[in-house]
Amino acid sequence: MLHIEDLHVKVGEKEVLHDINLHINEGETHVLLGPNGSGKTTLLMTIMGFSNYTITEGKILFKGEDVTKMHAHERAKRGMGMLFQRPPTISGLKLGKILTAISHDKGENIPELARSVHMDGFLERDINKGFSGGEIKRSEVLQLLIQNPDFIMLDEPESGVDLENISLIGAAIGSLLEKDKHIIKRQKSGLVITHTGYILDYLETDRGHVMCDGQIKCHGNPREILMDIKQRGYKECLECRHN
Amino acid sequence: MPSQLKAPELSKVDQERLAQSGIDLAMKNRCGSYLQMDQEVVHAECMQEGMEVLSYKKAMEKYDWLKEYNWKVVSSEKDDVTKYVAAQKEPKGYVIIAHKGSSNILPIQACLFLGRDQIQHVHNIIIAEEDSELHIISGCTSGAHVGKGGAHYGISEFYVKKNAKISFTMIHTWSENIEVYPRSASRVEENGVFLSNYVCMHPVKKVQMYPTATLSGENSVARFSSIVIASPTSYMDLGSRAILEGKGSSAELITRAITKGGTIISRGHIQGKTAGTRGHLECKGLILQDGMIYAIPEIEGSVVGTELSHEAAVGKLARDEIEYLMSRGLDEDEATATIIRGFLDVKITGLPDALQKQIDATIDVAEKAGF
Repeated sequence: MLHIEDLHVKVGEKEVLHDINLHINEGETHVLLGPNGSGKTTLLMTIMGFSNYTITEGKILFKGEDVTKMHAHERAKRGMGMLFQRPPTISGLKLGKILTAISHDKGENIPELARSVHMDGFLERDINKGFSGGEIKRSEVLQLLIQNPDFIMLDEPESGVDLENISLIGAAIGSLLEKDKHIIKRQKSGLVITHTGYILDYLETDRGHVMCDGQIKCHGNPREILMDIKQRGYKECLECRHN
Repeated sequence: MPSQLKAPELSKVDQERLAQSGIDLAMKNRCGSYLQMDQEVVHAECMQEGMEVLSYKKAMEKYDWLKEYNWKVVSSEKDDVTKYVAAQKEPKGYVIIAHKGSSNILPIQACLFLGRDQIQHVHNIIIAEEDSELHIISGCTSGAHVGKGGAHYGISEFYVKKNAKISFTMIHTWSENIEVYPRSASRVEENGVFLSNYVCMHPVKKVQMYPTATLSGENSVARFSSIVIASPTSYMDLGSRAILEGKGSSAELITRAITKGGTIISRGHIQGKTAGTRGHLECKGLILQDGMIYAIPEIEGSVVGTELSHEAAVGKLARDEIEYLMSRGLDEDEATATIIRGFLDVKITGLPDALQKQIDATIDVAEKAGF
């Protein structure tokens, strides 16, 4: 599904990602752990194609196609989607209007999907204006439900969300990632960023990676990695010279 | 059923322009009509009980008391435009009267069409008597092919009596060679409400106007909303003024202005002269291409107990907002248009659905054309 090779990324004049290699197969959900400021969001924004993030070396292959130079909407059209940690507030733009624009008249039942994540009362509200942490995430999930991407990046889906909402959001993401299907029948893939790991109680993941200082330092079983970090913090990761 | 508007000389293109200005030639969703083409009154009719749509001339003949409303809130000596209109031997324009207690759900439409090179002049008087509710949509447009250009001089005097309400929605669809000089003012009595909405999505050579609402009655309300786009050759000098005289009166002046290279001067002035009055002025501007948005908000309080505020902001489209929508699959143009559409989305409290939909539809047409 996603294949990243030797990726180097600059923001402004500064290189913030160094030599990233990542491979996510169809049907797999990976988790990317790492302390604040380690470059996790930068990696997601780069994969999505945001213009602030300049790829200086390496490439991104998506479904076998080189998308390194594509704009965000071209990547979205090919099946990428993203749940933003802090999406912008767009004054005057109603959530319902965005959903209609995303659906491109594909015939999704917007009111029903909105009800499923308790956002039916928000369709006439300006997107993210005065939304609570949980409402922002539910609005993001709702947009993804309509967009229905094949590969979903989730940037800290649990941040600012209370317990009740985490379980709702986890369940919705699970259905987006076809977690209800048998493992060999799953076709959707995901990449989840978390620094607390709470979301992993609600979402099964297949493989974990740890990012520090703009590099992916290690790979492994997500629960083991998380347990390690819970016990020892990121200190060891920061000191780790292994690459 | 009211009769259909007959405008035999209008081409398909011009009929379309009228429709974009909110004029419903089939009269399906209107309760009355006034149509003036250049200086000729083509149609003046109202089917709503208790309401009248008359030509200025007929109205003056019919009601002697109208003298008391003629050049009373707008001074005939105000400037060259008012002097020009006042000097006309055959004044044109319309008089709309909502008699005591009447109300319309479907609006009355007034259409001023400029077809030939000349100055079109009108003098309108709109009266909502006690306990009445009057909704008007005014579509002002020029033919698609007005040779060397022309000008429109429009005087409008509004009188909102005790417990009455007027909403006046004006949609302009002029051309690059037309100059427009509306001169209008209103007086609002006790518990009266005056809503004035202005939408202009099309090029115009010059518009200059500064309508004033004097809120003389206790708890009277005025709301001005303007939604405008200035094309590269447009010069729009717009403003609105509210004078808060009646105890508890309040006003809200809202503008959304976009320049694609033209000039927009957005003036606003609220005067708080009495305790317990409130006023708010808001101007948001978006510069899509180098041009000018010059916001001049003025608030002037002179007594203890008046509360006035203003906010003005001029900026650009935010890249992160555009890319956010692009990450959902919208291309850059779609994302841009969607954000601009949101920026222009002003929901006007107290406006009937039919008129809000008309405003939305006018902006939708501009959105489809990519603004």
